[in-house]
Amino acid sequence: MQNARPQTATDLPAPPRFASRLASNLKAFLDSDVFDSFKRSPVTIGAFVVTMILFVSALFAPWVAPYDVGDLASLSLMDAFKPPVWAAGGDAAYLLGTDDQGRDVLSAIIFGLRISLMVGFLGVLLAALVGTVLGLVSGYLGGWVDALIMRIADVQLTFPAILIALLIDGIIGAVIGARAHAETQLGVLVLAIAASLWVNFARTVRGSTLVEKNKEYVQAARLIGIHPILIMYRHVLPNVMGPVLVIATLSLAVAILTEATLSFLGVGVPVTNPSLGTLIRIGNDFLFSGEWWMSIFPGVALVILVLAVNLLGDWLRDALNPKLR
Amino acid sequence: MLDYIAQRLVQAVFVMLVVALISFSLFQFVGDPVNNMVGQEATEAQRAALRERLGLNDPVPLQFANWVGNAVQGEFGVSYRMGKPVDELIAARLPATLELVFLSAVLALLLGVPMGVYTGLNRDSWLSRFFLTISLIGISLPTFLIGILMILIFGVWLGWLPTFGRGGLVDLGLWQTSLLTVQGWSHIIMPAFTLALFQLTLIMRLVRAEMLEVLRTDYIKFARARGLSQRAINFGHALKNTLVPVITIMGLQIGALLAFSIITETVFQWPGMGLLIIQAIQFADIPIMSSYLVLVALFFVTINLVVDLLYYVVDPRLRVERAGGGH
Repeated sequence: MQNARPQTATDLPAPPRFASRLASNLKAFLDSDVFDSFKRSPVTIGAFVVTMILFVSALFAPWVAPYDVGDLASLSLMDAFKPPVWAAGGDAAYLLGTDDQGRDVLSAIIFGLRISLMVGFLGVLLAALVGTVLGLVSGYLGGWVDALIMRIADVQLTFPAILIALLIDGIIGAVIGARAHAETQLGVLVLAIAASLWVNFARTVRGSTLVEKNKEYVQAARLIGIHPILIMYRHVLPNVMGPVLVIATLSLAVAILTEATLSFLGVGVPVTNPSLGTLIRIGNDFLFSGEWWMSIFPGVALVILVLAVNLLGDWLRDALNPKLR
Repeated sequence: MLDYIAQRLVQAVFVMLVVALISFSLFQFVGDPVNNMVGQEATEAQRAALRERLGLNDPVPLQFANWVGNAVQGEFGVSYRMGKPVDELIAARLPATLELVFLSAVLALLLGVPMGVYTGLNRDSWLSRFFLTISLIGISLPTFLIGILMILIFGVWLGWLPTFGRGGLVDLGLWQTSLLTVQGWSHIIMPAFTLALFQLTLIMRLVRAEMLEVLRTDYIKFARARGLSQRAINFGHALKNTLVPVITIMGLQIGALLAFSIITETVFQWPGMGLLIIQAIQFADIPIMSSYLVLVALFFVTINLVVDLLYYVVDPRLRVERAGGGH
């Protein structure tokens, strides 16, 4: 290093061709310990396959689902309350039965999966972003910034995440009067979930940052006068990303459950765009008249999704932890 | 130790102040309290009079001080939706929630500890495997699904238990209880079990893990060498030492029980605090929301303080270390 001048694009060696770089990355991944431990665990492979099936059907819901549940014109009350196909009175056209509007339950689940996953993903993404930045800053800068952020985290950790999400959802809803608007309601939900999850990211990243901060490469970077923000972003961040990935996976399961719970309580996703939790709540009203399939099948889908994601997260935690290997 | 307690107390007071500030801002600045309290036909003069009477013209710090003063005396204002004082509404709902939470905690302890001890002592029996499978279900299923499943099985299909409300209540003056009649018990048993299942599995796994750990230690080996009975070793020595973490976790989990009672109460239409707050959130009933916020914070802060202190009471090692003047 001759000087501390920020590098410009011309100083850098030309990047290798994208395709060949991708191929070499892929090869490195297939040779890695992580992939090896994946191959050795049938449970993990199963969880991965299930997760992928659910993700893909959610992503391509309009093509995968047998019916378009958003198309009100196609619904007929004649088809309402059909039980699943194997029960007496079931209709082969509706595999898992129909709801009170004559909507196909299977299609509703696939579209509901979409909303659940979307809210979960966005919530975790926001939480990871905010938590990682605050954790980095807290660990790297120390001092009163660190004290402030960590006190807030401590306080928040004494309350269960679901309670935090519920109260924040309620408060923001009251402040902006969002109950009436379906679009803002989704945003509020994402915000509430993120607010309930950021602490885990912040604490872990802070811990790793404290370790990395004193290593020689960071000291060297500091010595040649690189701006702290650049050090945090380019040098510390890549080295603390492993735990972040693990927490993100495990948080996804929590976020999906939180969304489902809030929606079940009637303060989450609006009825016009039902998630799995909303479907369970709607179905719950018909439990007593014997139409159990309306709430139980979305519930089963939710449990399978959460279980698969949790198993993946557990495996990732063990695979990335060198102590356990 | 005094240092430690003082630090904890300061933190507790700080938390309560922050929560109070949030509640106050919510109460005072979201929407117009005056508009929410008077009818459409109120004149400008009436509004101004009410504004003056509520102290809304005072400087904000003074308003905050007044608000805290009222809150300490249990005055939280009037519910927008129901037109009744919030403290009355909460007082009417509190017994239902406390009975539910209390019974769940007892259930979780009475079932969880023996199950944990059993699975710890008999690692490979089929009953242990059965308990562990149940605990896996308890951890994977969200609370509201457990409730729905129980309603479906025991309420709808078998028709054994009622599925909503508290049933026959016995009035004890300030407290209406459902624990004195058979009908009341038939109402509370499903919600309580739903709420307890997660804590039960947690306690069971914790006791099991602790038992496995303790049974490996030297003093247990020595107790065996001394020829003590299996019973004395398992319960007199091993179990006693597993209970420290159980007490701590249970203390902290009472807070979680309170939070999850919101869900259980919604599933079983249990007329407690949880149902009250959910309805308040749905209708943006701010006085109830802000007072619930303060109450819940107070509850959690108190529990955390008590658990912190309990560490010292339960574990003599911590006291000795402090008394010895450190190292």
